[in-house]
Amino acid sequence: MVIRCKLRIKILQINLVSTATLTAVGDSALLVEFDNRIDPAINTQVLMLKQHVEAAQLPGVIEVVPSYRSLLIQYSCIIASTEQLTATVASLLEELGDRQSKTRCWRVPVLYGGEAGCDLDDVARLHDMSTEEVINLHCEAVFRVYMLGFAPGWCYLGGLPEPLHTPRLSSPRLQVPKGCISIGGQQGMIGALAMPSGWRLLGQTPVRSYDPGREPPFIIEAGDEVQFFAVDTAEYQRLEKAAEKGDLLIEAVGRGPEQ
Amino acid sequence: MSIAGLRVLQITPLCQLQDLGRLGYQSHGVTRSGAADPYNFKVANILLGNPINTPCLEFALTGGEFEIVADSIKIAFSGNFELFVNNRAIDSYCTHSLHRGDLLRVGTPTLGVRGYLSVLGGFDCEPELNSCATHVRSGLGGFAGGMTAGSLLPVRHTWAPHTRDYALRKSLQRPQRSSIRVIAGPQQAHFTQRGLDDFYSTSFSVQADSDRMGIRLQGKSIEHAGDGNIISDPVLPGSVQVPASGDPIILMVDGPTTGGYPKIGTVATVDIGVLGQLGTGETISFEEISVADAQHLAREEHQFLATLSHRLDCF
Repeated sequence: MVIRCKLRIKILQINLVSTATLTAVGDSALLVEFDNRIDPAINTQVLMLKQHVEAAQLPGVIEVVPSYRSLLIQYSCIIASTEQLTATVASLLEELGDRQSKTRCWRVPVLYGGEAGCDLDDVARLHDMSTEEVINLHCEAVFRVYMLGFAPGWCYLGGLPEPLHTPRLSSPRLQVPKGCISIGGQQGMIGALAMPSGWRLLGQTPVRSYDPGREPPFIIEAGDEVQFFAVDTAEYQRLEKAAEKGDLLIEAVGRGPEQ
Repeated sequence: MSIAGLRVLQITPLCQLQDLGRLGYQSHGVTRSGAADPYNFKVANILLGNPINTPCLEFALTGGEFEIVADSIKIAFSGNFELFVNNRAIDSYCTHSLHRGDLLRVGTPTLGVRGYLSVLGGFDCEPELNSCATHVRSGLGGFAGGMTAGSLLPVRHTWAPHTRDYALRKSLQRPQRSSIRVIAGPQQAHFTQRGLDDFYSTSFSVQADSDRMGIRLQGKSIEHAGDGNIISDPVLPGSVQVPASGDPIILMVDGPTTGGYPKIGTVATVDIGVLGQLGTGETISFEEISVADAQHLAREEHQFLATLSHRLDCF
């Protein structure tokens, strides 16, 4: 155990994958940070720790929020003690393995181009390729959902093929359509409700990653995999009607243990 | 049986139904929402003896007008707003019995910007994802039919016993403060010493585009040690982000769940409600305190509110 400063409470070498640093954030949260990079192995550790913390049902813990390489554990400081919680989380970290049990894969339909995919032509031009090549590259990739964030059901995806890496717009749009499929930098995104965004819009999916009136309201989870496939306007409209009635439209395909 | 409640005569979108927030869904990108000044929200419920998380109407800067459509109801208002019943001024931080046909008008704030209207027994609304807190952009919370002129906001108790009224005297109300207490980090190392010194030793003014998502500040530009970007990381109400521009943004209750700007500090839980009362142009400064001190303050406030009902004035 290494004490780095009054805020950095504990640093642990948890296994060969990464170190972990525990830091108090404000008076009611504990941040567990793994190595500072976007890496599926590190994200797997984050999500496994999340499961362990939730399963432990620690008194006073109210939210466990994962991101690419960190986990924020929010608690009530009226109920829980920081010292006790830090010790408990440190022991959970020590028990952490490095294998995720099972990955779910979703195949997500996309209507590329058009109004909701108005940056498709620009992206093709920027990379000196045809729009078909952009679509093919986007559909061939197997994306990993690193986290949900920004707004309900918005999925941050890693695994965008390098030839498609594209800077975000210099000034964000005030609103992008619901279900927008976009890219920004080296990441991909599945949108849900209409929101402001500075990412490049390639298309739109009828799949509602978040629907407050549906049970379950969320479909895709952090740690899942996503692959896109192109549909035409007629198919999009058919699927959109089904989604309106509460159809999830997609089914998870299970895959074996991750390496 | 007809529905009893408050008939909206006039309202603005800045009036929303809120509770203490929606917990358990941040990992799906769902913002916490809830009262921007949790302290005054709780006081509104304590005055009536309601459970502490009973949904209240939150008013921000503007008021509204309501007609009572129930035999009798009891209300309380916490926060400094002008209040009128049938054009007669009534006190805030106080309970009042109202009867069918009475006109309740919430005017403008006299101090701070937010106030909370509670009713005995609470408003009748269905929780969504475990909370009634309104978050317009997520399509969550509030009343099923929305809240516009003509809407009826249903209440659970259609009749309130004509019991004594209670008030919270001035000396027990939370005092105003312009010095916001902050716990350093978690990305303190992303700032230069000069940036940190400027943050804690100069003052900042609240910008007009501040809202329930975040309070935008302007003052000395805070100097970064790096490029002002991090890999997106979870944030929470009170996180003080500093984007590349150097102007700090304090994330509030409707803020995002993750953010990609370095965070210079986190506001102590007890001062979140203080932030919720800040208006455009007001000046604040930051004071660093330890985690232990911030937790001590939070426990003190919890204890104070837990026993407050015994210290109310009764008349």
